[in-house]
Amino acid sequence: MGILEVKNVNKRFGGLQALSDVNLSIAENTVHAIIGPNGAGKSTLLNCLVGKLIPDTGSVMFDGQSVLGRAPYEINQMGISRVFQTPEIFGDLTVLENMLIPCFAKRDGSFEMNALTSVTSQKDVLAKAEHMLEEMNMADKRHMHSASMSRGDKRRLEIGMCLSQEPRLLLLDEPTAGMARADTNNTIDLLKQIKSERDITIAIIEHDMHVVFSLAERITVLAQGTPLVEDTPDKIKGHPKVREAYLGESA
Amino acid sequence: MFGLNARDTSLLIVVAILALCAPFILNPFPQGSAMAQFNAGYPDLMQRFVIFGIFAIGFNILFGLTGYLSFGHAAFLGVGSYSAVWMFKLLSMNVIPAILLSVIVAGLFALLIGYVSLRRSGIYFSILTLAFAQMSFALAYSVLTPITNGETGLQLSLNDPRILGVSQTADGSIPVTNLFGLEMRGTYQMDVGPWMFQFNAGYYLSALIMLIAFYLSIRIFRSPFGMMLRAVKSNQQRMNYTGLNARPYTLAAFVISGMYAGLAGGLLASMDPLAGAERMQWTASGEVVLMTILGGAGTLIGPILGAGFIKYFENIFSKINDTVLHQWFGFLPDGLEDFVVFIVHPFIGKGWHLTLGILFMLVVIFLPGGLVQGGQKIGKWLRGNKAGEDDASKASTKPAE
Ligand SMILES: Nc1ncnc2c1ncn2[C@@H]1O[C@H](COP(=O)(O)OP(=O)(O)O)[C@@H](O)[C@H]1O
Ligand SMILES: [Mg+2]
Repeated sequence: MGILEVKNVNKRFGGLQALSDVNLSIAENTVHAIIGPNGAGKSTLLNCLVGKLIPDTGSVMFDGQSVLGRAPYEINQMGISRVFQTPEIFGDLTVLENMLIPCFAKRDGSFEMNALTSVTSQKDVLAKAEHMLEEMNMADKRHMHSASMSRGDKRRLEIGMCLSQEPRLLLLDEPTAGMARADTNNTIDLLKQIKSERDITIAIIEHDMHVVFSLAERITVLAQGTPLVEDTPDKIKGHPKVREAYLGESA
Repeated sequence: MFGLNARDTSLLIVVAILALCAPFILNPFPQGSAMAQFNAGYPDLMQRFVIFGIFAIGFNILFGLTGYLSFGHAAFLGVGSYSAVWMFKLLSMNVIPAILLSVIVAGLFALLIGYVSLRRSGIYFSILTLAFAQMSFALAYSVLTPITNGETGLQLSLNDPRILGVSQTADGSIPVTNLFGLEMRGTYQMDVGPWMFQFNAGYYLSALIMLIAFYLSIRIFRSPFGMMLRAVKSNQQRMNYTGLNARPYTLAAFVISGMYAGLAGGLLASMDPLAGAERMQWTASGEVVLMTILGGAGTLIGPILGAGFIKYFENIFSKINDTVLHQWFGFLPDGLEDFVVFIVHPFIGKGWHLTLGILFMLVVIFLPGGLVQGGQKIGKWLRGNKAGEDDASKASTKPAE
């Protein structure tokens, strides 16, 4: 049994069958890539995992518990963190404050009325956030207005914010989309480092084959809302159906 | 000090000194001089400055931090006033129980309205709060007359039951509000040459409470809770996917700001024990929005500045009339004098709304951060002038190299 089990998931948008009978099992402590052409339903699948969308039918189990019918914040508190296709950070806040928020969420849960203590007196949370910024190589930017950073830095911050919650499953939706080659390589290194340093399962949606083959231990190919094949990277590379449906197109 | 950092402490101290010295600061012109018109240091107006300051400080916790724009906060102010007057009627003329009840009742009322309104965000939230407030206003005006005394407004009478106290004083008049015997209307008048300064007990109580309210708001701004409220404003999507439930945060902010409004309402009634439905009208709700935006939403001191600014305009500009103008411009030749008075006329007296409206537009367009941003700009400009000179001297040395 994988840490995440998706069974017979269907999702329709009006006349469009975005997901049809998707079955997916992600094993604990692996990096699992989901690839497929644009509009294949990859983001839709991810949205069904984190409570942003509710599948029409089927089940989604995380660590033996159903995520369906739970609010996004509850699913997150179960241990699933998500990085968005365009970085979602707190643009009005400083980099350090951005990092503090998930650290508070991890320590205090979904709501805590600590209105009369000052942030600066919360040494444990501050230390953790500072440590995480060090790890993300962003300590020098701690007082920067986060909206004014480059896209690469925003992505890095967002990944750091997710990691500071110590999730068991990290979901990444095209983390390198729109990035320059150098930033992409940095992101690959960062993810490799993350994986080597902790017990974490990573599910990554990616367009860039270089990223996929550098990181993934298993790959699922999605086309028109259905998983085509699932295998190891080596097998996927040589798979005729995949070459035809996806790799050929992107080459 | 008091758990604040150095900067916040000095801000608090500056506000405290200003509040303490307000009777002097606001009365700079000698009595009887032409400029005495602009004096604002009389008890009634000073009380309004600080009480509406409290209202705006509280409103800023909701609007400035979370970005949720309520158009119905006057309802909580009104509820606070009614509660206080009832306390005077039934229990005692001491202002403490009255103020406590105002805060509690307004808090409960805010919990109810916030719980429903916060199901939506953006313009729908604003409309819901507006609808609730107008409903409260209409109810206070009609159906709830037994509680609110309808159009006339709720007042004290000579036969209020008053458990801890008397219905009438020995000389047959209505007793006055007090703080353990210290009468709120009690005023000490100090004459210094042609100047007159008034020190009013009610003002100082209100100012003290305003300082406490301001101190609490600084604590909230600097707390993890305050940071979460700013996170709500910045990106609710990220907040949800960071395991945080935005709803209780926004509801708590709504209730807190409602309690501040109730406190302001209770204080208004403590200074002058009557309450009318018009206190809950949408114009009153709009006024606190204006105060907060004019001063600088999301800044600590902005709402107090905005409240002072608007109350000053409302009370001072509205009292300038043509006779006063003719006095001022009397030195001009008659034809010119009439012309100038004719031009200025629409902006004064009943026309003060026009002046305020124009000022408000100018601020929103040129200073989206409000008066606080204006202050910062002036500060930067003063320092920038020095820096600019340095740059110029550097530039002039460059070609020589
Ligand atoms: N909220 C939505 N409403 C309607 N159609 C949608 C919605 N989200 C996605 N779709 C459609 O579903 C299909 C799959 O989209 P998506 O999951 O974003 O693809 P991918 O991420 O693989 O590129 C696309 O045709 C898209 O237009
Ligand atoms: Mg997508």
